[in-house]
Amino acid sequence: MRKVITGNSASAYGAKVSRAEVIAAYPITPQTSIVEKIADFVANKEMDAKFIKVESEHSAMAACISASMAGARTYTATSSHGLLLMHEMLIWASGSRAPVVMSNVNRANGPPWSVWADQHDTMAQRDTGWMQFYCESNQEVLDTIIQAYRVGEQRDIMTPSIIIEDAFVLSHTAEPVDIPDIGVVDKFLPPFDPPSKVIPGEPYGYGSLVMPDLYMDFRYKIAESMDLARDRLRQVDRDFQKHFGRSYGGLVEFYECEGADAVILTAGTAASTAKDVVDKMRREGKKVGVARMRVFRPFPYEEVRKLAKMAGAIGVLDRSYCFGYAGPIACEVMGALYNISDRPPIRSYIAGLGGRDITPEVLERLFDEILAFKGKGSGEEVKWVDLKGLEGL
Amino acid sequence: MAKATIPEEELMLSGHVGCLGCGATLTMRYVLKALGKNTVISVPACCWAVMPGPYPLRCLEIPMLYNAFETTGASISGLRAAYDMKGRPDINVLGFAGDGGTADIGIQSLSGAVERGDNVFYVMYDNEAYMNTGVQRSSSTPYGAWTTTTPGGTTGDWKRQPKKNMMEIMVAHRIPYAATASVAYPEDMVKKLRKGIDVRGPKFYHIYAPCPTGWRLSPDKTIEISKLATDSCIFPIYEVENGIYTINRKPAKKVPVRDYLRLQGRFRHLGEEELNRIQEAVDWDWKLLLRKEEFMKDM
Repeated sequence: MRKVITGNSASAYGAKVSRAEVIAAYPITPQTSIVEKIADFVANKEMDAKFIKVESEHSAMAACISASMAGARTYTATSSHGLLLMHEMLIWASGSRAPVVMSNVNRANGPPWSVWADQHDTMAQRDTGWMQFYCESNQEVLDTIIQAYRVGEQRDIMTPSIIIEDAFVLSHTAEPVDIPDIGVVDKFLPPFDPPSKVIPGEPYGYGSLVMPDLYMDFRYKIAESMDLARDRLRQVDRDFQKHFGRSYGGLVEFYECEGADAVILTAGTAASTAKDVVDKMRREGKKVGVARMRVFRPFPYEEVRKLAKMAGAIGVLDRSYCFGYAGPIACEVMGALYNISDRPPIRSYIAGLGGRDITPEVLERLFDEILAFKGKGSGEEVKWVDLKGLEGL
Repeated sequence: MAKATIPEEELMLSGHVGCLGCGATLTMRYVLKALGKNTVISVPACCWAVMPGPYPLRCLEIPMLYNAFETTGASISGLRAAYDMKGRPDINVLGFAGDGGTADIGIQSLSGAVERGDNVFYVMYDNEAYMNTGVQRSSSTPYGAWTTTTPGGTTGDWKRQPKKNMMEIMVAHRIPYAATASVAYPEDMVKKLRKGIDVRGPKFYHIYAPCPTGWRLSPDKTIEISKLATDSCIFPIYEVENGIYTINRKPAKKVPVRDYLRLQGRFRHLGEEELNRIQEAVDWDWKLLLRKEEFMKDM
């Protein structure tokens, strides 16, 4: 069924066609229309699920983890401060090996208050042991939820996932979306069948105290699964293509990157605008390209190294900032390239925080800057784009 | 001959690492005897997160899910929803938390679960301080007590606030069933838990569970002190069913509260004035409880 729907609506449909069985969620702008839609689905029996209307995001994640441990497929959605409040439970989820799937509408963190797009909320969860998917379209939002369940629930993966949509740019903007029939999804996504379940007759301890001689091994199991997931995600995206006729380029989508003099690497919706700019500049004879980091965790270091061989210079555009150094994606990209030879120069650009538009004009200027430092070194390592200055206001 | 009302089956094994005279272990033993094998327990950070022993040891014959300190209410809601979805409404879902995990850090998620009316059991085993971390005060620590964070010092900085009344907080949620119980009266405890199996919705149990280590009490006096708590009316045994109060034990002769306090090192510093003050507070609370029971008799 093809409908014109928002990213939030696409998220709710993603949970529905994936047959999420237990949903626990708490409202926060701009996530609310996801949970409202799911409440409608459940109230109208269009969706066979229990929706626990919890009293906080912290409890939302706690309830999802316990339900997942009991063998139910779980879903929640949040944003910004809600995600930050969950932080402890995000780590609890990955430690529990509970493959919860969560939508997060990327929103700036306060203070000062802002409800607009910014990726600081999810970037701050980098080390929680969750897979992170940054989407570019409403279709991708829906499809990635299905993909995340399929990979996350595999018995050697058992890892939770965050599906990310930029606030308002996707969450509240309607686009045509193909909503797959639930029977078609059933053929792609088997029922959740974890290796162990917390149920009577299985009298074990789930999450008990572990002494220093073994703790590291439990952590290593999580690390191992994350590493395995990298290739599993590439595979599932290819399978998705066969099954649904769509795919998203695996972990990193390369757009006109081969032999490009300048590439902007970014995550989320800024990539869409950048692709248009690439088309325009290519027509003008400038060799530019875009690499869209779709998956940030597990980190796609192989794709990044591949990009380094294709591109003459790279600007990493982060919609958040890792205080004390550079953009978080930029930090990781530079780290991934350290151990290879012939690295291109890289600059970290910080743009679009708190919902400021990243316009084609801005991106074209950045491409020109990157073209200019190709073969020379980036000079200024970190650059905040178009600061206005608060003095004199 | 009197018929034993406590099931013989042991679902808590003897190989735990609790302290001598631990009331929390007795609580677990009786609660599981009452609820039986078709039960799943969720336990936050507390003594009971340690007492089964480190991985791969365990001492319960039912599944035990460890949860984060403040999440017991949310955890049991999640378990309930999952079992109901899977066609297992028969499974008893039990949250089992200490007083800090209930009255302090966990009160929000407990309040959420009770307000939602989720069909779960919740046991607060009350040892009146953060015992697992080394006897720090909680909101359930009684007035006048020494703890490591109410050390008295040169300024008399003992716990200066009254104990938080969790039963009244639960009753204010219009909870269908709430009861106090004590390790001194296992038949009463078991009966109340079994009663809860037939109650749909949240069931809250405030269980008196002495901690000899933290109370500076001789470990052979766990039951004695528990009886004194009820006989002095500082910890009355009662239940509230849909708002109706019933006192299950009324001491024939009220024991002076000082007899209860002076057995415990944590109250050693209290002088006459303080002892009288505590007696007055206990008398007031007991009178209030009797009045509530009386007031609701005809309702």
